[in-house]
Amino acid sequence: MPKVSTMSLTDEEIRYLRDAIAREPNSVELSMVSAEWSEHCSYKSSKPYLKIFSTEGRYVLVGPGYDAGVLDIGDGMLLTVHIESHNHPSAVEPYGGAATGIGGVIRDILSMGSRPIALLNALRFGDIRHDNHARWLFKNVVRGIADYGNCIGVPTVAGEVEFDDSFTNYCLVDVACIGIARRDRLVMLKGDADDLIVVAGNRTGRDGIHGASFASRAFEGEEEDRSAVQIPDPFMGKLLIDATMECVEKGCVKAIKDLGGGGLACCLSETADRLGKGMLVMLDALHVRESMSAEEMMISESQERMLYIVEPSRLEEFKAIMDKYEIPYSVLGRLTDDGYLSIYHDGKQVARIKASIVANAPIARRNAVKPPYIEEIAANSRKPEMPEYEDVAEIILELLADPSIASKEWVYRQYDHEVGLRTVVKPGYADASVLRIGLRHDRDDEDADGKYRYIAVKVDGNSKHCYIDPYNGSMGCFSEACRNVACVGAEPIAMVDHLQFGSPEDEHVFWTFIESVRGLADYGRYMKIPCVGGKVSFYNETRQGAIKPTPLVCVVGLVGDGSMVMKGHAGDGDMLMIIGLTKDEMGGSEYYEYIHSTLSADVPKVDLEYDKHARDAVLALVRSGLLTSVHDCSKGGLAVAIAEMCIASGIGARVELSNVPHTCTRLDDLLFSESHSRFLVSLRRDYLDAVNRVLADYPVHKAVIGAFNSDSDSLLLEYKGSSISISMDSMLDAYSSIARLMGHGG
Amino acid sequence: MPIRIGIVVFPGSNCDRDIYHILKNIMRVDAEFIWHKRDDLNAYYDAMIIPGGFAYADRLRAGVIAAFSPVMQVVKRLARDGMPVLGICNGFQILVESGLLPGAFMRNDSLTFICRWTRLRLDVDGSRTPFTLLLDKGSIINIPVANQEGKYYVDEDTLREMERNEQIVFRYEDNPNGSLYDIGGVCNEEGNVLGMMPHPERACEIILAPQHMSNSILHGYGDGIMIFRSLISYLYAKGEHHEPYR
Repeated sequence: MPKVSTMSLTDEEIRYLRDAIAREPNSVELSMVSAEWSEHCSYKSSKPYLKIFSTEGRYVLVGPGYDAGVLDIGDGMLLTVHIESHNHPSAVEPYGGAATGIGGVIRDILSMGSRPIALLNALRFGDIRHDNHARWLFKNVVRGIADYGNCIGVPTVAGEVEFDDSFTNYCLVDVACIGIARRDRLVMLKGDADDLIVVAGNRTGRDGIHGASFASRAFEGEEEDRSAVQIPDPFMGKLLIDATMECVEKGCVKAIKDLGGGGLACCLSETADRLGKGMLVMLDALHVRESMSAEEMMISESQERMLYIVEPSRLEEFKAIMDKYEIPYSVLGRLTDDGYLSIYHDGKQVARIKASIVANAPIARRNAVKPPYIEEIAANSRKPEMPEYEDVAEIILELLADPSIASKEWVYRQYDHEVGLRTVVKPGYADASVLRIGLRHDRDDEDADGKYRYIAVKVDGNSKHCYIDPYNGSMGCFSEACRNVACVGAEPIAMVDHLQFGSPEDEHVFWTFIESVRGLADYGRYMKIPCVGGKVSFYNETRQGAIKPTPLVCVVGLVGDGSMVMKGHAGDGDMLMIIGLTKDEMGGSEYYEYIHSTLSADVPKVDLEYDKHARDAVLALVRSGLLTSVHDCSKGGLAVAIAEMCIASGIGARVELSNVPHTCTRLDDLLFSESHSRFLVSLRRDYLDAVNRVLADYPVHKAVIGAFNSDSDSLLLEYKGSSISISMDSMLDAYSSIARLMGHGG
Repeated sequence: MPIRIGIVVFPGSNCDRDIYHILKNIMRVDAEFIWHKRDDLNAYYDAMIIPGGFAYADRLRAGVIAAFSPVMQVVKRLARDGMPVLGICNGFQILVESGLLPGAFMRNDSLTFICRWTRLRLDVDGSRTPFTLLLDKGSIINIPVANQEGKYYVDEDTLREMERNEQIVFRYEDNPNGSLYDIGGVCNEEGNVLGMMPHPERACEIILAPQHMSNSILHGYGDGIMIFRSLISYLYAKGEHHEPYR
């Protein structure tokens, strides 16, 4: 039997607990409390700071604090959104860790009574070019996501991957899920005394014991940590989706809750606390895989388990559904009015403690001090030597082959991104994916009268920017995700975030956390894009130290209607236009870091007013149907963005760089700066006047900088009389570097 | 009497709802889900579709457990009686494991799952199966695959025999996974049972097709619609149904 884990509780917390219950807690109670008061479950460090997010808006039905945020997109259709990470488990056991991450986020979406319809992921690894271990992690994380997602029939539609040395011997595996529900069937937590508490799904076993505590300390990569990783069972995951949706359709459950981090301890205490009820729980009734102690049962994180609150009169109906799918379940007990979690095992009461005490950890006060490395970078920033113009071609090819920039086709080919008949814009075709919502299936969750809505989704992060300047870097991630959904014609309507940092007990790390939250909150408030949920993940540290701060932003956008979805490529003779201003902002750029291994302080800053104008301008252009394609200009800068458009369209181009609106003093800055609020658009020549008329309403820079040419098999970059040429073949070859590194596949 | 098509659903089926949508909302015929435990089906249905997914999580081998389910014993009987049966992706694997179609499946050459659009050529006369009736021999349809064990294999003798019997219905123009002889779909000797690896239901609506992935003559529909239109036309032509095809 594993020793009861009190080590995750501080002396102060144990004192607080003792005072709250006015006696010594017993060992079961201690286990429950230490699981729930772990950073992972309790947000004890981050909670006070998350209050600064703006969480209300036109589309918001349910904001942060539930298993998923809920958006009302009209005509009785709801969207649910949630994001999760599974970093520690994936770093030890990448296949199982990533797969169980998918299972977890799916069950959060199910907890609202909504049907999961799309998955996104954001992955981060060390240097896969030189590090075998990083390649092993990358390969198995992708396989884990693919095997789970494909098996349960939820398409994986979008994502991003970044590589950085700060993730060496570690990885970040973030998964987001979108769900849909009918407004009249949304399941919010409800429950009355004597309602039954039912756990259904996999048998409870010893896997994943102390998973939440494991995720709440620095990662040491110990072999014994493997026991804290849970075992994925996508088949049971799929059965739970189908059975839960049938329960929702029949209306025979009053509340649904995922058993995730912290197992029963967290699930029961949070549910009881939210309902304002108590629970009488008979652990002997629980269906288990092996003989277990009460503590183990309370904190096991065995996967694919759900909690349902069922009115006694509906129990037979509920059982019939579970029996149909052959899902094991056990009626654990019932709700009470006393507010206490009363847990019985072996005929004895093993715990009796108020749910509100367990569910509400005391806030941990953390110090925040600006880390000295930021000043050091500022003091030591110097520009690399200016390359000769003819060497620029080689640099562009190197950047195209930079795994953080190169094509992610090797990844998304392994994901079924089409099941469900909703994926209108598929991965690889645009900057964000577009989903059609409201199929006319006649059952459960989907719109019955055949009206379709179109939504765009994208997740973005940039650890290089956020390391050097967490405030502006984080704001930039938010801006980029919004730009990406705008590229397919969507107006951003909500975001969920995932904030990933090292130890909150480190005052320097904690400062970057606060700055990051500020950056995201300021952007959201200005743009009126509410935050409807999110997660915080601390203790992302290895022996080499903390990861770079990595906030992720997942943005959901709404497209007017199907005909307004931007879906296209540049054609022969199309003009290339840039919207936005290129500035000398090289800090954290791929050009500085990947090519020159240089840290520099001047991370791109978002000018909020300008950013909004630029995005609105592009949206207006997309919606007027005047463009043939749109591409956001970000990682790798202008040069990479132009090359990517050529690759995507399979067509060469000729560009005059001196036409680009800029404030740069050097050509390499102009080419590779990652300034925000810039878009490249292609348009038919005869639409130029019309495009200019639309743009006249927006105070943004714009210029025609070149044209696409199907006769040319290269990208020609001209600058004040000199010219370099990069062949399409060499660009394609460079851009497929990941497939080459990872071996054949997809 | 309206046309009524059964969709066989196993634990782990994924594409059942997608097929339902195409039949009901695009083709405007009746469709019903048939849970795998049923063994009481009769001629109540005009055709059966076994959708894609991961029946029983592909445990042991794709399709093998599903092949032993009660419903498949009935499907086998109905197929022998001449009912049109279409197996898509995992459904194809189940038909092979049930012995209704020849061959076997192996892991893709890439050893990974592959999701991509392919070009599929009809290698027999359209009249060979109820599902290809409206297509000409040699015509090419754009259609996506999504599978991990999609590499079709048969021994050489069987292959020659299948060729002689015109059972090799579809062949890839751009073989995605190393399938023997570029095979993407095969039928039984009688022609009423068709298994295909690509997903026609994902290629029915033009908005779901990537650019340049559909024949422009189909006016708003993707190429996959021809599989379903062929089936419905076939069923009307049999004369038992009087509603004209839309």
